[in-house]
Amino acid sequence: MAHANPSPAALAQPASPQPPAPTTSSVPTTNTAPVSPASVAAVTTSSVAAVDVPAPSGEVMTGAQSLIRSLEEVGAEVAFGIPGGTILPAYDPLFDSQKLRHILTRHEQGAGHAASGYAHATGKTGLMIATSGPGAANLVTAIADANMDSIPVVAVTGQVGAAVIGTDAFQEADIVGMTMPVSKHSYLVKDPAEIPRTIAEAFHIASTGRPGAVVVDIPKSALAAQTTFTWSDDVDLPGYRPITTPHSKQVREAAALLAKAKRPIIVSGGGILRSGAWDEMRALADLSQAPVTTTLMGRGGFPDSHPQHLGMPGMHGTVAAVAALQKADLIVAIGTRFDDRVTGLLSSFAPRATVVHADIDPAEIGKNVRVDIPIVGDAREVLQELVPALKAEFAAGNQADLTAWWRQIDSWRKTYPLGYSTPTNGQVAPQHVIERIGALSGPDAIMVTGVGQHQMWSSQFIPHEKPRTWINSGGLGTMGYGVPAAMGAKVGCPDSTVWCIDGDGCFQMTNQELATCAINDIPIKVAIINNSVLGMVRQWQTLFFNERYSNTDLHTGEGSVEIPDFVKLAEAYGAVGLRCNRLEDVDATITKANEINDRCVVVDFRVATDAFVWPMVPAGVSNDEILYARGMSPVFDRTEV
Amino acid sequence: MTRHTLSVLVENEPGVLTRVAGLFARRAFNITTLAVGPTEHPEISRMTIVVDVDKHPLEQVTKQLNKLVQVLKVVELEPDSSVQRQLMLVKVRADELTRAGVLEVVTLFRAHVVDVVPDAVVIETIGTHAKLTALLAALEPYGIKEIVKGGTIAIGRGAKSITDRALDRPKPTAG
Repeated sequence: MAHANPSPAALAQPASPQPPAPTTSSVPTTNTAPVSPASVAAVTTSSVAAVDVPAPSGEVMTGAQSLIRSLEEVGAEVAFGIPGGTILPAYDPLFDSQKLRHILTRHEQGAGHAASGYAHATGKTGLMIATSGPGAANLVTAIADANMDSIPVVAVTGQVGAAVIGTDAFQEADIVGMTMPVSKHSYLVKDPAEIPRTIAEAFHIASTGRPGAVVVDIPKSALAAQTTFTWSDDVDLPGYRPITTPHSKQVREAAALLAKAKRPIIVSGGGILRSGAWDEMRALADLSQAPVTTTLMGRGGFPDSHPQHLGMPGMHGTVAAVAALQKADLIVAIGTRFDDRVTGLLSSFAPRATVVHADIDPAEIGKNVRVDIPIVGDAREVLQELVPALKAEFAAGNQADLTAWWRQIDSWRKTYPLGYSTPTNGQVAPQHVIERIGALSGPDAIMVTGVGQHQMWSSQFIPHEKPRTWINSGGLGTMGYGVPAAMGAKVGCPDSTVWCIDGDGCFQMTNQELATCAINDIPIKVAIINNSVLGMVRQWQTLFFNERYSNTDLHTGEGSVEIPDFVKLAEAYGAVGLRCNRLEDVDATITKANEINDRCVVVDFRVATDAFVWPMVPAGVSNDEILYARGMSPVFDRTEV
Repeated sequence: MTRHTLSVLVENEPGVLTRVAGLFARRAFNITTLAVGPTEHPEISRMTIVVDVDKHPLEQVTKQLNKLVQVLKVVELEPDSSVQRQLMLVKVRADELTRAGVLEVVTLFRAHVVDVVPDAVVIETIGTHAKLTALLAALEPYGIKEIVKGGTIAIGRGAKSITDRALDRPKPTAG
C-alpha cells in the first residue's frame, strides 16, 4: 500500500458518525452559503478573474463535501440510497444539499433499481449510493441489470479507509472487483483531489456511447480528508471515444439494400429509446413501408398502433414478427443486439436474410448474427442519414414492390393474432387484467413490470404507443425489479401515472420499497397478477418437466393458505389495498386504483394459475418451431416465398 | 485454433491487468503468455498477450478489449511483420560426463550458462517460441529439471510506432 501516512483517526474509524461532523460544519460557514454551490462557484470564478491567478486552486473542503458538490455540478437531482459506516461522511453534506434530493430506500437493491427506473423514464443518469461491504454488494444485481439493458446509472459506494483496504476490515468488500464483469467502468478513488474529476468522468461514461453502469468506490479516508474542490466539465479520456457518426458509405449501401429488398423487416431496439430516435424510426418506417418489429427493450420506440408494426420478435413474440424475420430477405436492425431470446437457435435464424446491423457498440455487431452491412453509430444519427439516403434511392427509381410480402404478413397476422383463452372455471385470465390496465390507464401511463409471465403479457397486451413508458428488466431478467423501478420512474415523472404490474413472486422480493414510497410521497400503483405460483417457471415445468411442479407454489392465491395477505400488507405500508377475484370487477377495480393519486395502491388480482404465455419458441430451438399454443404450431410452407 | 499475438496499450493505472485478464477469462480463453511493462510514455503500459484461439472469437475479444476505458489500442502483430521474443531459464542435469554435451547445445543455440554446480547448469536464452522449443528438445536427453519462461514480447518491424498512433487517433470504442 502506497499510503505511508496512515493517519489512523481519519482512516479506519469504526461506524462512529461523529468525527467528520466538526469539519463539515465548520468549513461551509466560511462560504456562508454552503447550500448554494452555484453562487460559491460564481464568487470563486470572479475572484480568480480579478486577481488573475494563473491556476485556480479551488475551494478547501472535505472529500465528502467535494463529492456532494461534484454530484450537484454534474446535474444529479435525485439519489437513491442507504447510509452506513464508510459512506457516512458523505451523508453529512448531503443533508444540506438543496440541489440533490436523497431518497432513503429500504434495501440497496431497491435503490439501484429505482435509479434505473428513474433513468429509464427520464433519459437522465440515475444515481445510487451505498456503504461498503454488504451495502455495496446489495447493489450488484441492480448494477448488472442496468448495465445489461444499457441504462445509464452511477453507483457511489463507501469503502473502508485506504490504509486498511485488503485487511478484511469490518464491512470491507472489493466492490470494484465484484462489479468489473457487470459494469461499464469503475473507479477506486483514494485521493480526495480526484473526486470531482472522477464524478465528471463517471457520469460521462455512464450516459454516452452505449449507456451503462459506472461504479465509484471512495474510501472513508478520502471522504474525511481535507481537499480542494475544482470543477471542470471537460472530460479527457483517451481510451474512451464512442463513435456516434456512422460511415456514410455503409449507410448508403444499407439504403440501396432496403430500397430493393422484396421481403424487408426493420428491427427497432432499445437503442432507439436510449438515443431518442423514435421520430426518425417512424420516418424510416413511413418512407420504406417495411414492416417493423420492436424488441422487448425497444417497445414504445415505434407505436404499436402503426399499421406496419408486427409486435415483438423472439421467444414470446408474435407469429407475424417471428415468421417475417425467418422469411425475410433483408433485416435492418437498429439499436439492438440479437439476444438469444430474439434469435432462437442461431444457426437457423433468418436463413435467407441479408443483415444490416447498426449499433453504437461495435462489439455487438457480428457477435451473434453474421452481418453483411455493419454500421457503427448512434441510432439517431444513423436514421438521420438513412432516411434521406433511402429517399434518394426511391427518387432514382429503385423501389421494390412489397405487395406480395404484405399479403404474406397479413395472412400471418390474421391467422395467428395475439390472444388468450378465458378460463372455463370462472377464474380471471391474467392477460385480461393486464389488457384492461393498459386500456383504462391510457398511453401516457408508465408501465413497469417485474420478470416472468406478467412481464411478457404486459409487453404483448398493453398498447405501447409512446417512448419511455415501458420499463422492465430485459437482459438480466431480475425478479423484483418492478416496485423499486416504478418508484424511480415516479420520482422522475411525478405527473405521470405509474403502474407496476408485478407477479406474486416478484412482489415479495422488493415490496418493502412501498414504505419508501409512502414516506416520500411517491404514489405508485401496483397490480399483483397473483396466480399463486412462480408462473413462468411453472409454465416450463408443465411443458418440459412432465408437470412436476418442484418448488414453484407460493401459496398466495385464491383458495391457498394465502400468505401473505397482500391487502393487509399494503395497508401495513400505508397504501390502499384492493382485491379483485371476479371478472366483472376488474374494470371497476382498475378505475378505482387510477382515481387514487395521494397514496400508493396495491391491487391483489387473483388470476388463473394455468394461463400460459403464447406464442412460444422453446429455448434452444429454431424460430421456425414457434408454438402458437400448446401443441399447435403454425404451418409454414418451408419452400414458400 | 491458431496462435495470435496481441499488443495492448493501456493506461498505466491499477486494475488494468485484472480487467484485461478478466475479459479473456469470461470467454474461457486460455492466455498462453502475458507480458506487461512500461513504455517510452510513462503513462502508458504495454501488454503482449499470446492466445490460441479461432479468428471469430478473437475478433470479439478484441472488440471487447477496445471497450475498456483504460485500453488505448489493440493491435494484432503478425509473425512475418514483427519481432517476437521470449526469455527462458532452464535447469539441466550436467555432471562430468554430460557437461560437454550440454555446453555444445548451449553454444549451438547461442544460449548462455548463468549458473553451474557439479551436477547441473542453468541456461538462459532469448528467442522465438520455435527456438525455445528446439532448445528444449536438444536438452531433453540430458534431463531437464526446471523450466521458467517469461511472456512473449513483440514489436512491429519498420519505423512506425503504435504508441504514437495510439496517442494521436481515437480508437473505435463504444464503451
